[in-house]
Amino acid sequence: MYRDSERQKLFTRRVAVLGAGKAVLLATLAGRMYYLQVIEADRYAMLADENRINFRLLAPPRGRIVDRQGAPLADNRQNYRILLIAENVPGGQVSETLDRLGQLVDLEPSDRKRILRDVKRNRSFVPVTIRDNMEWADITKIEVNTPDLPGIMIDVGQSRHYPDASAMSHVLGYVAAVSESEIGDDPLLELPGFRIGKAGVERVHDLALRGSGGTSQVEVNAFGRVIRELSRNDGQSGAELGLTIDKDIQLKTAELLKDESAACVVMDVHSGDVLALVSTPGFDPNAFNRGLSEAEWQGLIKNDKKPLVNKAVAGRYPPGSTFKMVVALAALERGVINPDNKVFCSGYVELGNARFHCWKRRGHGAMNLHSAIKESCDVYFYEIARRTGIDRIAAMSRRLGLGDVTGIDLPGESDGLIPDKAWKDAVLSEPWHAGETLIAGIGQGYILTTPLQLCVMTARLVNGGFAVLPRLTRAIEPRFEEAAVETDSPEDDSVSFADLGLRQSSVTAVLDAMNAVVNIPGGTAYRSRISEPGMAMGGKTGTAQVRRITKSEREQGVRKNKDLPWKFRDHALFVGYAPVESPKYAVAVVVEHGGSGSKAAAPIAKEILLETQRRMGTVPVSMAPKMKTSETGEG
Amino acid sequence: MARRRDALNPPDMTIVEKLMHMNWFFVLLLALTASVGVAMLYSAASGDFYPWAQRHIVRFGVGLVLLIVVALVDIRFWLKHAYTLYAGVLLLLIGVEVMGTVGMGAQRWIDLGYVTVQPSELMKIALVLALARYFHGVSLDDVGHISKLVIPIFLIVAPTGLVLRQPDLGTALMLAMGGGVILFAAGVRIWVFLGVGVSAIAMMPVAWQFLHDYQKQRVLTFLNPENDPLGAGYHIIQSKIALGSGGVFGKGFLEGTQSHLHFLPEMQTDFIFTMLAEEFGMVGGIALLALYTVILIYSFVFAIVCGSQFGRLVAVGVTATFFLYVFINIAMVMGLIPVVGVPLPLISYGGTAMLTLLTGFGLLLGVHVHKDVFLGRLSTGEE
Repeated sequence: MYRDSERQKLFTRRVAVLGAGKAVLLATLAGRMYYLQVIEADRYAMLADENRINFRLLAPPRGRIVDRQGAPLADNRQNYRILLIAENVPGGQVSETLDRLGQLVDLEPSDRKRILRDVKRNRSFVPVTIRDNMEWADITKIEVNTPDLPGIMIDVGQSRHYPDASAMSHVLGYVAAVSESEIGDDPLLELPGFRIGKAGVERVHDLALRGSGGTSQVEVNAFGRVIRELSRNDGQSGAELGLTIDKDIQLKTAELLKDESAACVVMDVHSGDVLALVSTPGFDPNAFNRGLSEAEWQGLIKNDKKPLVNKAVAGRYPPGSTFKMVVALAALERGVINPDNKVFCSGYVELGNARFHCWKRRGHGAMNLHSAIKESCDVYFYEIARRTGIDRIAAMSRRLGLGDVTGIDLPGESDGLIPDKAWKDAVLSEPWHAGETLIAGIGQGYILTTPLQLCVMTARLVNGGFAVLPRLTRAIEPRFEEAAVETDSPEDDSVSFADLGLRQSSVTAVLDAMNAVVNIPGGTAYRSRISEPGMAMGGKTGTAQVRRITKSEREQGVRKNKDLPWKFRDHALFVGYAPVESPKYAVAVVVEHGGSGSKAAAPIAKEILLETQRRMGTVPVSMAPKMKTSETGEG
Repeated sequence: MARRRDALNPPDMTIVEKLMHMNWFFVLLLALTASVGVAMLYSAASGDFYPWAQRHIVRFGVGLVLLIVVALVDIRFWLKHAYTLYAGVLLLLIGVEVMGTVGMGAQRWIDLGYVTVQPSELMKIALVLALARYFHGVSLDDVGHISKLVIPIFLIVAPTGLVLRQPDLGTALMLAMGGGVILFAAGVRIWVFLGVGVSAIAMMPVAWQFLHDYQKQRVLTFLNPENDPLGAGYHIIQSKIALGSGGVFGKGFLEGTQSHLHFLPEMQTDFIFTMLAEEFGMVGGIALLALYTVILIYSFVFAIVCGSQFGRLVAVGVTATFFLYVFINIAMVMGLIPVVGVPLPLISYGGTAMLTLLTGFGLLLGVHVHKDVFLGRLSTGEE
């Protein structure tokens, strides 16, 4: 028979070997567990967190912009938009999803193209904006249908809103979508629908207004769905920007300039606070935020009146007769004349074989400083300019703030042009001609100024001779922070500007004449005088030639400005200040191709100064430098 | 079935006697393991008995009844019908080739109307029975003869080949290795195993040609999972991350981030150990291994103390099958071997494996209950 006990012994031995083998294998498993869960535990813990934790960027609310009284000029509105997250669209069927969405809301073919392009360009989890500024009715339609629209998300964002639209357009500028070349280090700029300032203070103070992005740490599952938020850092809201602008004065000014191609700046002569800065025509900054249609864009860039240019800081105009105060001061300061010196105006003056006409063909007769400014006699200023010389005139111009940027926080400021001999030699490589000095004496020729510079010039004349500079930003206050940081210039008006060192007697002589321009019969702006007690203004008209009326035109009977095509007509200018007894506000108005300063510009300046004094008061807040001007000789 | 009643052939035990001889502590160990499964399936459903945990309980209950029935059946019945059962299951396997439905990319199921049967699972038991029966009738001397190995090798190769064709690499490996263990325990000479081992290694390049693309992919991915982190390597990378991030004490019950955020695939079936180790850490993993080890030790003891070669071989075969389930599954989820799709015994969700295992354990307990029953050299038990 067989030996079962032998067989059992062999079996037992073999089973012992098997058991040992299994023990070794089980020990291997335990060892592997130790390796993974103890030795490599930290690495895998990190990998597990990387799997499940996503960082999402949160856009901070953009800071508001308010006027000097705190009235909002730019704020944020709730904006419903629909987004598409490509990775949540099953099978990447983005265009099918858009088809279904198209049955609920309008989708332009151009929108579709943009969406598909954006989807391709971005990583699949980056939301792409389908439509912005949605109507509530459309949103509810989509909300109901969300189960059929995987990957479509409704988002409540904030969009910039400018309540005053075009009246503020050149001060505020606008925000618009980030263009590819602007994407830099700040990851916020890559957020869909993120807006940055593209013009005005929105652009200059973009970083402060923007704030800093927050982050949200969310737990996601393997399909990218957010399960919960683990932590959140809201970031820093944009700072609130306080402007020196007074909303009411600004609106009034914009209304007065209406559809003219014009610019106006109103300033506090002591502090430099810009109370209004208007360039017309304006544009609707809300349209830029929303996105302009091709037609709207063409309408803006083809308009002869150039609505996109901020003429108040970027427009370069010959100052015309408003420059005569500068020439007068230069002459008085150098002792070339005294106020009572007489010059006889016969209607023209001859230099070499050239003849220089006064605007009054018949001539003014004997003119002193006072009457020459009051009646804007050109011959008088030809003469004293010739006596003073271009370099001295240029030096005085610069002291009064012409020929260089004022440094106002607006983009695109022009420096204008104050010519002198060195300039002509350097730029044109030609010697200076004496005739050019004469032309400069009446603010024509090479001289170019901006309305803002003219306002600064006026302010420096009337504030006692201090080198005031314009200030547009009152305060930048980061919200949600313990201490609001004030800008360097405090709220009150006791800003110390350097004394220009002008002789009091010279300034008084000039201001007396400016007073007469408006308030004495025969003055070029007498029709625009302010009769409200204590609010009277002084000023100076200017009419700047854009192009000489040619001999052939003269022969064809074109004598008057209004007979010319619009773009060849004279610019109308006026610089003024009020109240005359103790000047507090300066204004500069330029109406492009408006005709004469006395008819087109002075009446506007009158209304603006009246409005400004009514709103702001006539008494300087702080100790204004004592300035005595002569009595208003009113008729 | 006339039997002499003497010292070698005691009278048949009554049902009550058999129940009293049953090792109920072992049953308790199985129930304990299954309840770990219930807990993990509850967690896999994010804290819900539906859909997996409750059905797991039902299946274990049904399986437990089956286990007791199998354990009570006289061991001579199994001896007598071992070949018949084997032949029947082999026919079913062939049937799968003909009419099997395609599930999970492999033909494995026979649809019998309201139940689906996985013949390859049944074969794990049938093969153990057939091989045990064969070697029960082979003397110690004959085991050494190479000619005596033809039949058992055929018994192993036939189902293994069919299962490979399906293709189901995991089950084929388990059949081959389970069969090999019985041959080893039966006393087949060591050099035979060495010879087979060497030739298997030599055959590898040839075998590679016969592997399906997805099987090749799995092997390649196993060798370097980071090669294809979002494709085939994804499973194993995520599994290792889950395990490793569990650390020593785990993230807590229902707190496994990898599992509950669906980074871990198939967590209710093949990767359930990963989930356990993520939520209960190395402590939990080792505890489960210890539980399995205790079951293994009991199984070995059952095998060793059995009076009949058939019983011993059945016991060792069932034990080997159980061990292979455990080892292949855990080694797979830890990235030690390629992903082959073997469930974790008594814990993974899945009916067929549960029934196979509990039937096997039924046999094992039956072997122990009937350890003193004399079995003649011939299969019929008759002289």
